[in-house]
Amino acid sequence: MNIIVCIKQVPDAKDVRLDPKTNTMAREGVESIMNPFDRHALEEAVRLKEQHGGTVTVVSMGPPQAETVLREAVACGADAAVLVSDRAFAGADTWATTYTLGKAIMKNGPFDLIVCGKQAIDGDTAQVGPGLAKRLDIPYVSYVRKITGFERGVLSLQRLMDDGYDEVEIPLPGLLTVVKEINEPRVPSLKGKMKAKSLSIKTLNAEDIGADPDSIGLPGSTTQVVKVFSPEFKGQRAMLHGTVDEQVEQLVHKLEPYL
Amino acid sequence: MLRIDIETCIGCGVCEEVCTFEAIKVVDGVAVVNEKCTLCGSCVDSCEAGALSIEATAKTAQADLAEWSGIMIYAEYRHGKVAPVSFELLGIGRQLADQQKVPLSAVLLGSAMDGAAEDLVSYGADLVYRVDDPALEFFTDEIYGNILEDVIREHKPEIVLAGATAIGRSFIPLVATALATGLTADCTQLAIRPEDGVLLQTRPAFGGNIMATIECPYTRPQMATVRPRVMKTTTPDPDRRGDIIDYRPQAERLQSRVRVLRNVLEEQDQVNITEGDIIVAGGRGLDNEKGFELIRQLADAVGGAVGASRAAVDSAWIQYPHQVGQTGKTVNPKLYIACGISGAIQHVVGMQSSETIVAINKDPHAPIFDVATYGIVGDLFEVVPKLIEKIKEKKG
Ligand SMILES: Cc1cc2nc3c(=O)[nH]c(=O)nc-3n(C[C@H](O)[C@H](O)[C@H](O)COP(=O)(O)OP(=O)(O)OC[C@H]3O[C@@H](n4cnc5c(N)ncnc54)[C@H](O)[C@@H]3O)c2cc1C
Ligand SMILES: Nc1ncnc2c1ncn2[C@@H]1O[C@H](COP(=O)(O)O)[C@@H](O)[C@H]1O
Repeated sequence: MNIIVCIKQVPDAKDVRLDPKTNTMAREGVESIMNPFDRHALEEAVRLKEQHGGTVTVVSMGPPQAETVLREAVACGADAAVLVSDRAFAGADTWATTYTLGKAIMKNGPFDLIVCGKQAIDGDTAQVGPGLAKRLDIPYVSYVRKITGFERGVLSLQRLMDDGYDEVEIPLPGLLTVVKEINEPRVPSLKGKMKAKSLSIKTLNAEDIGADPDSIGLPGSTTQVVKVFSPEFKGQRAMLHGTVDEQVEQLVHKLEPYL
Repeated sequence: MLRIDIETCIGCGVCEEVCTFEAIKVVDGVAVVNEKCTLCGSCVDSCEAGALSIEATAKTAQADLAEWSGIMIYAEYRHGKVAPVSFELLGIGRQLADQQKVPLSAVLLGSAMDGAAEDLVSYGADLVYRVDDPALEFFTDEIYGNILEDVIREHKPEIVLAGATAIGRSFIPLVATALATGLTADCTQLAIRPEDGVLLQTRPAFGGNIMATIECPYTRPQMATVRPRVMKTTTPDPDRRGDIIDYRPQAERLQSRVRVLRNVLEEQDQVNITEGDIIVAGGRGLDNEKGFELIRQLADAVGGAVGASRAAVDSAWIQYPHQVGQTGKTVNPKLYIACGISGAIQHVVGMQSSETIVAINKDPHAPIFDVATYGIVGDLFEVVPKLIEKIKEKKG
């Protein structure tokens, strides 16, 4: 089974804040990491390879430093890595991203399965997986929480729903997006680390993948960010005063309509 | 491309400081951009000299932009019920439709749906396109996507909304990609810009630390998934009139490559915290599992459900279905009592729309007080037992 895993390098969301004065992202201490959901995508792909044979290729669209997460993926069991990188890709929304990833994957050659994370923690959109499947005209299943079987080119899965799960079957080639509960990702092995160090990463630019300049990056995007701002709250901040007994007394009085 | 006007640039270096990606540097007194630039725009906003701009090649708008009119929602139907988020979509959809003076339609997909279309009308739909077919008994991305795509192509609504549920977030991206239009995920606020009628779609990003407003200026429809429990439903009116149209999809559009064998409903936690009027929530301040007993007692006394912060869930004092916030549930009860919760942004986004918020925390600077209607600074182990006692007294 030849598997492609889509991996994104993201800023660690828990550290990202807007500077209230400049309304720009505060840079201090924000680390770039592999999107956490993509770790689970990679782990599942490596497990499938270990069971059924084949290869795992990790693909990332991003700036040159995204190479770091690709090497990390190789250390965790991927066999090959492709970096899709060009200044012309900058500013892509999910529509331009799926176009670009789709072109790059086609260029890279035949595959049986694509695995994506449920969502990237920067944008939290969860749109790239389904959009990519449409670009490639392959079936997909999102929110996969368990792979239960593989027979005659068909994967059996459990797909998480809001009220439980669905048992589904998908013929390959196809695409999955996975949730965290699907597995526990392994840590890089020593052998993997050595391999990651020496592996040469294939880089594809806009021309290499034959991209139409009007379909990539900011010009190729259907949506645009009008503004970003810090969330604001509208509490009245009425602090109660007095001894604990007095405060509790006041509170119970105020809450009377609800009791 | 990021344009730098070297005449205007004063080389102050503010852009270099604000850039999260180390993509801009001052070299010989002027800013220079490198290939790490993601066009995020942070530097443009920060440049006081006005030397930076993002050059967007003027995009050609879709030729028939003006022909798209009307608001359409996808009404989710599952296990014999219209999902509550569908009524919320009709609430916000009605507002947008009235503002644009256009009709509000709903697309209802499912099998054996008695009375569902009528319900949608009473909640505000002018038109319901219904497909009631055994092929729709189980949700599949392809069949649901095909039909919604076809209905949209035929009726050309300017705006299409769906719930940001497991179903909506899965198949709406397929529809948007098929229609070659933009889609904004998980919106918490929608408004129309009066000047040009463009839909302004606001959503949390970066785990709720940042809010972003997105537009889709050149293509139609403008599509968004909307977070459940955020928009208000209108009061249903059984006398409202609307048209219910049975739409017949073509047979080949009812084919799915993915096959659903069965739905498994999982034992839901007894209390569904999104449904009650009162929630008493506890956080790390409870110290341990035993501490949570106090929360349960208070919840019992006021007749409410028990909520929790992620810190409490991660400590395994209570189970995940009780978690409120960005990665838990969004709730908007009439009364939310937060005990020993600091009020981290990821928690607050899930409960800030509650009617009345009470915060009990020993730290007077805890951010939870910024969203609180009433705040008590004090040790919850002293405050809560007294509160329980007083409430019991009151209720007799
Ligand atoms: C991507 C992401 C998603 C997240 N999603 C969620 C989410 O969905 N929901 C969520 O809740 N969090 C979420 N978090 C975590 C969030 O950032 C906070 O870490 C979490 O909400 C903190 O929980 P807490 O307030 O209980 O704990 P703390 O922040 O540790 O606060 C405990 C509070 O209790 C007070 N206290 C202690 N002892 C007492 C006492 N005896 N009496 C009174 N007060 C006392 C303290 O003063 C303090 O303010 C998320 C984080 C990330 C990065
Ligand atoms: N630039 C990218 N390069 C590679 N994979 C990506 C990229 N953006 C998104 N993905 C994949 O798509 C998934 C969903 O991302 P998103 O739709 O941005 O939330 C991620 O978990 C990745 O697997």
